[in-house]
Amino acid sequence: MAEFLQFAFSGLTVGAVYALVALGFTLIYNASDVVNFAQGEFVMLGGMATVFLTLAGLPVPLAALVAILATTVVGIGLHKLAIEPARGASPVTLIIITIGASIFLRGAAAIVFDKRFHQLPPWFGAEPIRVGGASVLPQSLVVLAGAAVIVVVLWAFFERTLFGKAVLATAANRVAAKLAGIDTGFVIGFSFAVSAAIGAVAGVLVTPITLTSYDVGTLMALKGFAAAMLGGMGNPIGAVVGGLGVGLLEAFGAGYISSQYKDAVGFIVILVVLFVMPNGLFGRSKIERV
Amino acid sequence: MANPAAPTHPLSRILAVATGDKIGTLVVLALLVVLPPLVFPSSFYYRVGAIVWILAIASIGLNLLMGYAGQVSLGHAGFIGIGAYAVAILPQRFGLHGLAAMAAGAAVSALLAYFAGRPILRLRGHYLAVATLGFGILIAMVFTNEAAWTGGPDGMRVPRLVLFGWPVRGSDTWYWIGGATMILSAWLALNLVDSPTGRALRAIHDSEVAAKVVGVDVARYKLTVFVISAVYASIAGSFLALFDGHITPDAAGFLRSVELVTMVVIGGMGSIVGSVVGTAVIVVLPQTLTFLSDYKHLMIGAFIMLFMIFLRSGIVPALREKLFRRAA
Repeated sequence: MAEFLQFAFSGLTVGAVYALVALGFTLIYNASDVVNFAQGEFVMLGGMATVFLTLAGLPVPLAALVAILATTVVGIGLHKLAIEPARGASPVTLIIITIGASIFLRGAAAIVFDKRFHQLPPWFGAEPIRVGGASVLPQSLVVLAGAAVIVVVLWAFFERTLFGKAVLATAANRVAAKLAGIDTGFVIGFSFAVSAAIGAVAGVLVTPITLTSYDVGTLMALKGFAAAMLGGMGNPIGAVVGGLGVGLLEAFGAGYISSQYKDAVGFIVILVVLFVMPNGLFGRSKIERV
Repeated sequence: MANPAAPTHPLSRILAVATGDKIGTLVVLALLVVLPPLVFPSSFYYRVGAIVWILAIASIGLNLLMGYAGQVSLGHAGFIGIGAYAVAILPQRFGLHGLAAMAAGAAVSALLAYFAGRPILRLRGHYLAVATLGFGILIAMVFTNEAAWTGGPDGMRVPRLVLFGWPVRGSDTWYWIGGATMILSAWLALNLVDSPTGRALRAIHDSEVAAKVVGVDVARYKLTVFVISAVYASIAGSFLALFDGHITPDAAGFLRSVELVTMVVIGGMGSIVGSVVGTAVIVVLPQTLTFLSDYKHLMIGAFIMLFMIFLRSGIVPALREKLFRRAA
């Protein structure tokens, strides 16, 4: 039982990070139909920038804030410089542009920062808390709480604010939203900014637990992408459930089956889910008109 | 120009022949293989050239899947890996001849593509992308983790290919072998495109539902071309491993898959010459950037974005359109 709890805790912690990455995917996908493979680089930038600003003498909270703002600017830049000029391109072309952006950002990070592994100090010490025979790092609780806060804030934003409704309207039907007077170009740019900020927050939260380096973004993006798919592309609740699901499956797979194939578990489950439900857990099927 | 009524720009004529017609395409490809060695200053150029031709085999195959059948695959490097490890493992463990090992690798790739392709190809769009991506990553993971067979992340040695008692070595030899095989694969691909299968594929590309309505067995054709493209990738992988003499799991990794897709799209989907040109760009570009090795990835990323933004339909189709428009 203690073992089970231990796996569940570590699974939920990583899962919360995957969920944030998947949420970022979902926001951009809903607003613009773009699958942003550079989403993992936002997580990397958030973590790496915080580390280096801290090394430069800034206190950690200020460094984290600056890092998140800087990543947000990168997100807006990605939209303005790479996605907007390619308006109307095919989905595959857009995917390749974002993959190009991710290679670019990784290369830039290797130059601006360095190629070594880095870590941030945990927020509330490294003394594990004992729960039912399992031990939980305080930072895990920070990650879970942080993810929960972001989900609640996003939910309130979409349900309770006019601009949130405008984003939802743009996601539902871009042309109709534009006709109703919504500045859809601004909404799409905004969704890139928010996605980048969420990714950076995930990076800041998780770097005290997992190490960060210039190239952690790729695997992060793949897992987040898989989580978003598992939940059904474009569904924010699906993204959260998918993220936690992939995290838990990985932890249990590593614990009970094989730690070597930890990364494989998530992908196997995704393949199985897609074969049974070709639109993910919460996705709706689309009807093709001829 | 003296005569404004001149029928066409001479270049556009060459290009029209090159890209519109089977014989013309093969002639252009043959020239691309034969002419550069006349000005190669060192054997290093043969080496880069050999890699271009070998990888072009894989990207021609992937172009059949992407450009003609309209199905994206982000996992084709997995098949490159199977072909590569087949010629590495089978001769050393079972004493198989290099060519037999290559055939065995192609057969395994075909079988895997057949059985995995059936459920995967039912998926559409982004779901297809993530399923092929996961599939490719799983294959790469097996190569990384089964260290007893594959040497793990460090990779393994590949025994030299021996043909009729003559060991195949040297960048120039591989340049010609790669070039000839590439032209042969292009010829086979062009025949496929010209066949009823090719027409069915284009119908699927335009609209799956419409193709189904007029009686095209969509699932079967998609599967056929998926298997064919897997065999192309596997053979390219075998050549690559035999040429290099060493193989690591990176050959089957996600980045290799991305590279392949980029080659097809940059060159031009649905254009065989495009695949070869796209491969040349992606292989040669990093070589020319070695003097700024720190900035290599930064530059490659930037180039990929610029190509996709400004030459959206790919180099060869964009060039053709430009020349035709000027001539018209």
